[in-house]
Formats: sequence, structure tokens, C-alpha cells
Amino acid sequence: MSLDNTNITDADAAKITRVEELAYELTVDDVMSKNLITLTPELTMRDALDIFRKNRISGAPVAVNGELLGILSIEDMIRSLRDGRIDLSVADYMTRDVITARNTDQLIEALKQFVKTKVGRLPVLDENGKVVGILTKGDISIGLLKALQRDYETEELIRYRASHLFEDIVSDHTTLILRYYVKKNDFTHGGAASNNIKKALRRLGASPQIARQCGIAAYEAEMNLIIHTNNGGILRVEIEQDKITLEAYDDGPGIPDIELAMQPGYSTASEEVRRMGFGAGMGLSNIKQCVDEMRLTSSPERGTNLYMTLYLKTPKHSPKDKD
Amino acid sequence: MILQDVIERMQLKVLTNSSDLNHVHIYQGYVSDMLSCVVAGAPNGCVWVTLLAHSNIVAVATLLEIPAIIITEGAQPDETTLAQANEKEIALLSTLSPSFEVVGRLWQMGIRANDRISDLI
Repeated sequence: MSLDNTNITDADAAKITRVEELAYELTVDDVMSKNLITLTPELTMRDALDIFRKNRISGAPVAVNGELLGILSIEDMIRSLRDGRIDLSVADYMTRDVITARNTDQLIEALKQFVKTKVGRLPVLDENGKVVGILTKGDISIGLLKALQRDYETEELIRYRASHLFEDIVSDHTTLILRYYVKKNDFTHGGAASNNIKKALRRLGASPQIARQCGIAAYEAEMNLIIHTNNGGILRVEIEQDKITLEAYDDGPGIPDIELAMQPGYSTASEEVRRMGFGAGMGLSNIKQCVDEMRLTSSPERGTNLYMTLYLKTPKHSPKDKD
Repeated sequence: MILQDVIERMQLKVLTNSSDLNHVHIYQGYVSDMLSCVVAGAPNGCVWVTLLAHSNIVAVATLLEIPAIIITEGAQPDETTLAQANEKEIALLSTLSPSFEVVGRLWQMGIRANDRISDLI
């Protein structure tokens, strides 16, 4: 996305990253330097050089009572040194035609100014036209990094709070139950429940490995509900301090031969479903690899109930670690 | 291997609105058209080669944290699939070449099966 383009097309908008979003959310006031060093026009260039060196800056606005008169940069300083006229006043060398930013501007506006004009700093004016700060590209970088850090801390806090759930809530036996209603043939949302389960477990402080194993087991169970049931079913996750129990249940049609269904490679999926990449007959054996215990019961009257448990104390190796 | 380089060298068509493919690093690859095999075998962060173009590939990629899918033989994902991929920030890349050729070229570029990232750094 080009910053000096004022109009953002839909295609551009879709590409906007979090940093770019922040450039629209933050204002100049949020990131500018407020401990402002200003020069007065009657100072000599020698005085100004001392101020630059003492404060380790390479430019400063020239103002009287907050009224902006110009800006003096290190380039102006070099010109005066070259001319051997360092005892002339700041007013003689400052740039009078100053490009400024407004404190209420979105950061993106200031970024566009930097790109368009190639200036190193923008004096910032308030609604009365008084100088209230100065903005460099460095201020913008630091401001964006701080904002990203805040985002990160917020997510960390959510995760921290979630992971302390079991410690903060006192009961003789605390469990957290998540339920997902899975519709038959809803391939468009296939995998949504298992992805949410995985995300929830990560927030609750589960290791990436445990979250992945549960995610895979839940995914296979979820797809079974979508593909093989009469009316869909429910995916239920019960989280306890030492184990996670996943349960998938439906009201039919039931599995006629469970032993056969458990065999790797056996599938009853239709040709249409196979074309979508399902029906490898690996679902149940994948689940078996990911969980510590698995139980499957089924009858034509009561439907199918798949019960999976993962113990958190002794993590089982992932299927990919087996070789 | 930076994903953007893979895309350029193999002249893949980027179907999604993926913006920062220069920041996606790919070390490993996986190929299969059977979702259960992918779920069981594809490592995190790999590039997945498949001729499936159905929206379920996005769900599987999200689950496994797969940042990029190369869809072979010109198979075309529908709008829903593309929208889901954009939302989940998964790059969908398209080529007319068959999977065998794509995997061969990825291998030539140094992408391997099940390499552990920790071994590479």
C-alpha cells in the first residue's frame, strides 16, 4: 500500500496490516515528542549549535510565545558554517516556509507528509496554531512499537486471566465446559469448532502441542458429525485442571460395525464427499493417535457417542513425533 | 526460504489479498489431497501442495498453522474459500502444474519434508 496515495481502494483496504490500522487509530498527539525544545529567532547560530549538541537533536522549531516562525535544521547549520557566518541570527538561516502537522491528525496523514516532502521533522500545531510538539519518523516508529506492545500485553492479559481461571475460582471440582453445535453438511463452517477449541485451549494456557492434539481430534470428530450424521450433533469439551475430555454425540444413524469403522482406510463416505478430500478412512485412527483414551459407542436407536480424553500431566507424543 | 521468492521463482498466482509474503518463511512442505492425512502429517508452518480447492483446506490450514497452500492443476477456489483464507491470513497460490512437478521444484529450492526448524538455525 502506498502511503502517498490519498484514496484507498477496497483492494488496498483488504491488505491493511495491524501497523497500518494503528496508523489510522493513533493521532499525532499520541506519538509526538512533547518536551519540546524551541529556538528564538534572535539567537545566534552558534547558540543554536550548542543547543543542538547539548540536547542531541538535529533540528528545532523557531517560535516566540508558541507562535511558529520557522524551523532550523542541521542543514541550515552547515550552510552557516560553510559561509563562515555562525554569528548571524537563527532568523537569517531558518526555513520560514514550514510544513506542519496538526496534533489531532491521524498518524497516517503525518506519514504521508514525510513521504511526500522528505522533511526530517514536522512541528505540531494545536487548534490555535500554537506549537505543541515535534514529530520525527523515529517518534512514529516508537509510537507504533509501543502500540503493538500494548496490543500484545492485552492478549497476554486475556491469556493470563484465562489460565488462572482454575486457581481463582474455588470449588471442590472446577470444570469448564464448551459446547459447539455442528450442523449436518455444513462444510462451509467445517473446522470452525475445532479451531475455536484449539484457540480456547491456548488461551487457557495449554501448550501448543496439547492444543494441536486436541485440535486434530476435535477436527476429525467435527467432520464426522458434518458428514456422517442424520441431523448433525454436538461437540463438547470439558476442561479440568489435569485433563481435557472431548465428546462428540449425535442422534443417528449409528455405526453398524464399530470394529470395521476403526480400521484405518475404511470409509463409508460418498463419492461427493471424497471429492472434497474426506473419506480417507483415517479419522478415527488420527484421533486415537492424538488422545490418551478413546471410546466409541453406537447404536441405531441412540446414535453415536465418541469419547476422547487427554491427560495433561503425562503428555503423549504427537503423531508426527512417532518416527 | 521466503514465500515471496517461491512465488516468483515458480510463477505462482496469488489468489488471496496476502500482503506480507516477504515475512513468511517456509522450510518444510507436505503434499496430499486427503484431509485426514494432512491433519495427521503436515508440520506447522509448512507449504501444503494439493489440488483440492474446497473451503475445507482453509479450515485444515488454520488448524495446523499452515501459512500457504499451493493449489495445483489450475483448480479454482470459490469466493467463500477466498474470503475465509483472507480472514485467516492464509495465502492461496495457484499454478497450472501438477502436484508432482510443484513438489519437485520445491525440493530443488531446498524445501524438505519434516525438517525441524530448530535444526536449520
